[in-house]
Amino acid sequence: MNSNLKFDFVVNKENNTIVVKREFAADLELVWEAWTTAEILDQWWAPEPCKAETKSMDFREGGHWLYCMIMPPDNQKNWGKQNYQKIVLHKSFSGTDVFCDENGIANPNFPTGRFENAFCEAEGKTLVTVTSTHNSFEEIEMIIEMGFKEGLAGSFENLDKYISIKSKKQ
Amino acid sequence: METRRDIFQAIADPTRRAIITLIALQAMTPNAIAEHFASTRQAVSKHLQILTECELVTQKQQGREIYYQLEVNKMKEIDKWMDQFRKIWQNRFNQLDKVLITFKNKKK
Repeated sequence: MNSNLKFDFVVNKENNTIVVKREFAADLELVWEAWTTAEILDQWWAPEPCKAETKSMDFREGGHWLYCMIMPPDNQKNWGKQNYQKIVLHKSFSGTDVFCDENGIANPNFPTGRFENAFCEAEGKTLVTVTSTHNSFEEIEMIIEMGFKEGLAGSFENLDKYISIKSKKQ
Repeated sequence: METRRDIFQAIADPTRRAIITLIALQAMTPNAIAEHFASTRQAVSKHLQILTECELVTQKQQGREIYYQLEVNKMKEIDKWMDQFRKIWQNRFNQLDKVLITFKNKKK
């Protein structure tokens, strides 16, 4: 992990929210672009070794981002959709997070969550605050369990890569 | 349907979380625990039963009384699990760091 960049992760059981804060070493415009452009999102949104692939994206209020996470080893595709509800240019965007099929049809067995991503620039760095709100703690459990499967596969590989980059620098 | 009993079910309920906080300080009898809640003794005892099934609390006989105590090690599992989710976001953001560096260099 890049240790000089702020990272904060809090699960609030009281109001069923997960708040993740992270600073990026780039100006706001660039960070905003990375969060709102399909080609760039595909490069980083999926935790390794998964890959994200955008099927369609229309970044405007009422628009959506339909994408899938491709999970090794059998390249199983998990589809997701973000519906954009409110966009304030270079400040924040929010909407709903939906589990769906490749046509964007919501899967009723999975919970729909709300997200808000806020951007704030200070001293050449950009702080992003991701707030995801769920209907119950059980839903958070479910989301975490699913993410856990994707994340676990990748966490060690990423650690290896990180260590190799680090050791080359020294 | 098979009933699922794990620590996450244990902490999913606000009353059970309150019970956990209460007995974290000291082992207590079911009666003493129930005094802290507006709900019935039966309701509290049901919560204690779930907590026991989740192995988050254990019973200990002392004289004629049964005391409930918190299994601190079991609580640590929750931390471990949260930590995995935290890592997913870290992983994702580390990738974004790299993407941003690439883009910055392109624009120069």
